[in-house]
Amino acid sequence: MADGPGTRAAYRKLVAAQVRSQTQYRASFLMDLIGSTVLTLIDVVAVFVLFSVNGSLGGFGGREVLLMVGIASFAFPLADLAVGNVEWLPFYVRTGLFDAVLVRPLSSLGQLLAMDFAPRRIGRFVQGLVIYLIALVVAPVDWHAGTAVLAVLAPLAAAVFFGSLFVAGATVAFWWIESGEIAFAFTYGGKDFSTYPATVFGGFFRRLFAYGLGFAFVAYLPALALLGRPDPLGVPTWLHWCSPLVALIAAGLAALFWRTGIRHYRSTGS
Amino acid sequence: MIIQTSGLRKDFTVRRKVGRLRRERHVVSAVDGVDLAVAEGELLGYIGPNGAGKSTTLKMLTGVLTPSGGEVSVCGLAPVPQRTTLARRIGVVFGQRSQLWWDLPLRESFALLRHVYRVPAGDHAARLNRCRALLDLDEFLDTPVRQLSLGQRMRGELTAALLHGPKVLFLDEPTIGLDVLSKQAVRSFLGELDARGDTTIVLTTHDLADIEKLCRRLVVIDHGRVVHDGTLSDLQAAYRSKRRIVADLDAPWPGGTVAGATVERVEADGLRVTLTLDGATAGEVVARLAGEVALRDLSVLEPEIEDVIARLYRAAVPG
Repeated sequence: MADGPGTRAAYRKLVAAQVRSQTQYRASFLMDLIGSTVLTLIDVVAVFVLFSVNGSLGGFGGREVLLMVGIASFAFPLADLAVGNVEWLPFYVRTGLFDAVLVRPLSSLGQLLAMDFAPRRIGRFVQGLVIYLIALVVAPVDWHAGTAVLAVLAPLAAAVFFGSLFVAGATVAFWWIESGEIAFAFTYGGKDFSTYPATVFGGFFRRLFAYGLGFAFVAYLPALALLGRPDPLGVPTWLHWCSPLVALIAAGLAALFWRTGIRHYRSTGS
Repeated sequence: MIIQTSGLRKDFTVRRKVGRLRRERHVVSAVDGVDLAVAEGELLGYIGPNGAGKSTTLKMLTGVLTPSGGEVSVCGLAPVPQRTTLARRIGVVFGQRSQLWWDLPLRESFALLRHVYRVPAGDHAARLNRCRALLDLDEFLDTPVRQLSLGQRMRGELTAALLHGPKVLFLDEPTIGLDVLSKQAVRSFLGELDARGDTTIVLTTHDLADIEKLCRRLVVIDHGRVVHDGTLSDLQAAYRSKRRIVADLDAPWPGGTVAGATVERVEADGLRVTLTLDGATAGEVVARLAGEVALRDLSVLEPEIEDVIARLYRAAVPG
């Protein structure tokens, strides 16, 4: 994305316009907001029910697992709020509306995110933030300067990681328009995977999701770093701190994939 | 040359079903080696039958599609790699793809575009005022775009494409589906823009009136290749379109021939005869005709462009 104050102002105006258009349909906007709040409340209740039934998960105590849940459930709605609307891409590609995006002097991805910004997702984001703050207070975090920085960076890195997945998943639409469900398997599936300690999963599945696709870096490894615990599965301690780096790599790959995708955009007739 | 292409090509892979599960891959060249040079200030009509590759060419010139081969430069830039820089220097109206915000009043779309293109407020206001006057925008400036008629929306699209003062304006079927009045408004607006000479215009159209009224130069493509590049009268000469004389007579046509012309049709119980000029001038034929029959009324018909284009398309079909 190109920088500069003018460009930032342009994106800000695009977001504001989208919010204005959405609020035109006031009833539907309100229903969305209520619906998402109820869903999040149910999520929170589910987490507490899980812990009241099961005191320990994969060798981790409830308060430790709550930290992993906290990172994942704060990061995911944050990513969803910022880039989740990239899921509209197949619609733009199918209708050829992406043409109109490409003839404007702004980044195509940036425009898509700004134009389809969904303010109703703020509800889930706020709920996730609350869960994470509670987790930080409740969990036995080994507080020092390093963990303080990581406590801020870890959910941001996880959000960047999820965001990269959203973008990469949507990009498939440039080749194959009916690709939505595949992307969801990785985004929502990955979110559910990251909510639990990697130790609860079995061999091949764990290796694939945790290290092959990098989901261990979302919540599990940074949570170990925050708690000052070694990994029962033997991942070296220095790697526990690497989630921001992994997130940057994921973002780079997603950007590269997006650029390749655009070159394969076929538009539609006439 | 503000637009220059050489050997420009775009291939698409299409999968065709053969049998229950098998599919065959075919490579189709939508644009197959187009050479084009457009000078600054020109108005170029880019025409051809459906599926000839008009829109695909336009999309490669605007950076929407990546060419499969060949060279292309617009305003001295490579459209895809320098897409965002180029976007500031060109205006685009794709008939079917709105540049406007569906749920917002037209006025707000224009204000947003000022920020998207970073246009100084003064320039923006001056250009908007000109368009408001020429395209009669005032009566629907505060209407949400989704409630505009197609003609109103197209006038909005034209304005939106010009607010950043582009050097080149690309229009893909700007008059398609419009009512007569809106067509005329769009046409005379483009004529006026062309007359000012500082905007290069490339226009695809099916509308023959657009071609006759606006396009001094025509590039005709078919099956992805340029089959004609020149003026409308070149085109008519090349495809031997002929002028016609329609004569109303006092007494039924006696039959026979007229030197330098062919009798094409006899109607109204022989009281109306249509002749096609074959080498002779209209004056000569009228004189010969008057020597043989009593003329009541006469008219000379210029060759119809429909006819020219139809001949051209037939000629262009590879054998």
